[in-house]
Amino acid sequence: MNSTSVISAKNLNLTFETNDGPVHALKDVSLDIKKGEFVSFIGPSGCGKTTFLRCIAGLETPTSGDISVNGMTPDEARKARAYGYVFQAAGLYPWRTIGGNISLPLEIMGFSKAEQRERVNRVMDLVDLGGFEKRFPWQLSGGMQQRASIARALAFDADILLMDEPFGALDEIVRDHLNEQLLKLWARTEKTIAFVTHSIPEAVYLSTKIVVMSPRPGRITDVIDSPLPKDRPLDIRDSAEFIEISHRVRDGLRAGHVDD
Amino acid sequence: MNIRGIIPALVVVGVIFAIWTAAVIPMNAHLTADQAQRDGLVMTPEAPRDRQDFTGLTLAIKNPAIIPLTYTLTRPRLPSPHQVAIEMYETIFTKAPTSRRSLVYHGWVTLSATLLGFVIGTTLGVLLAVGIVYNRTMDKSVMPWAITSQTIPILALAPMIIVMLGAIGIQGLLPKSIISAYLSFFPVVVGMVKGLRSPDGMQLDLLRTYSANANQGFWKLRLPASMPYLFASLKIGISAALVGAIVGELPTGARAGFGARMLVGDQYGQPMVTWAALFGAAITAALLVAILSWIERRTLTRMGMGATA
Repeated sequence: MNSTSVISAKNLNLTFETNDGPVHALKDVSLDIKKGEFVSFIGPSGCGKTTFLRCIAGLETPTSGDISVNGMTPDEARKARAYGYVFQAAGLYPWRTIGGNISLPLEIMGFSKAEQRERVNRVMDLVDLGGFEKRFPWQLSGGMQQRASIARALAFDADILLMDEPFGALDEIVRDHLNEQLLKLWARTEKTIAFVTHSIPEAVYLSTKIVVMSPRPGRITDVIDSPLPKDRPLDIRDSAEFIEISHRVRDGLRAGHVDD
Repeated sequence: MNIRGIIPALVVVGVIFAIWTAAVIPMNAHLTADQAQRDGLVMTPEAPRDRQDFTGLTLAIKNPAIIPLTYTLTRPRLPSPHQVAIEMYETIFTKAPTSRRSLVYHGWVTLSATLLGFVIGTTLGVLLAVGIVYNRTMDKSVMPWAITSQTIPILALAPMIIVMLGAIGIQGLLPKSIISAYLSFFPVVVGMVKGLRSPDGMQLDLLRTYSANANQGFWKLRLPASMPYLFASLKIGISAALVGAIVGELPTGARAGFGARMLVGDQYGQPMVTWAALFGAAITAALLVAILSWIERRTLTRMGMGATA
């Protein structure tokens, strides 16, 4: 394993047994993610991008192969609070206020009341939700709810942020705004982010590394290191470089579809 | 509730009272005709036996003079609304609540058994639901028995419970409460099982990413998520508990309670007593459900789920 790799997968295979026979969700997936990288996983449904993320989180167990997170097994890494996970839906508890939702992991992990308050305030400012602590989820827009769920994942200071299509259910304008904010957050916190998406512009705009995946069996077909600078205004998406990378991602996705 | 919500309800009540009031005439026509004849009025036909050949409605049309009298019989087949109202007024407001002639006294006897049974049934129901959700063996074994238990006619079971408990010296409140509990635990089990299982895969996965234990999963996710389901079940459960307490009073010659009043009215030809007890029970049930609805609204609003529930 490379010394700066925080996530390292080697020849990872995962097969689900279903009534229609085995489904090869991941086949020979090998990937290194270095500290501070922003890695996007892109590909059509069934390409294993979410499954891979769940393997990193220890929510799925690979059939064969090796995967390590911070040099530990995913289970150990989870117990060591190595990562925060953001799901496709915000999944806030409707009976808790925004502040209460963000302190949920802190309560479970046994932080003191004072520390909970301090951390909730800090991460709420980080996602620009200051002042909404006492509101209930239904009083917030979808984009604000998703920001609260990101704050919840940040609250216990994990180095790694795993995000499974977090903005997939939001409209384009809100999504642009949140992408911009996410990049700022990433720059400020220097976290390692693994980000699953369906959207080519989103992947190219956000990432330092784009992993293109294909289905049946789920596998990696291309890994693109982005030459874009770290500081990215929204209009970088009109630049020649951006369009070139987008083309390469699109070609990679198309190549994976040849056998359909 | 706003005015628009009340109007349809009032219309339904009005229609029911109209049908009731109209039904009093044919239902009581024969009895009234007999009484009127004894009081010296001329009836058509004159022989009581011949009158049996006519329906109540035909008889009333042939003898319009008896129509107002059908509403004032002392022992009618169907009492009129105002007779029931008078009976209820007298037995609720003009008798001391400690008197055996007071409906409040009888109501409290039934209500206390109902509440004790409801508490027992709800506790049992919640415990069983937790067991079913967390224990595979209980999941497979308890639910079929719970369902089977509700297919046994309670009218057949109630005397057995009362007699058997009586044989071992348990009398009074508890046997009736057990029948109440028997009826009220079931909706609580069904509702709570559904409620405790309502969190979706994503919410359970979220807790796994925090390495939360089963205890935390229960108190922080499953239990609060089940609250709307619990309240829906409680409202069904408390009406079932009231029915259970009344049924528990019927077969054993209980001397107090709504059930006893219904039986007494029936046996001694005092229909007003029976009807007053019936309405007393219905009003009690409505009040109990209304109180639970109020607690439900307050709790869910405080939990931030008032807007959705």
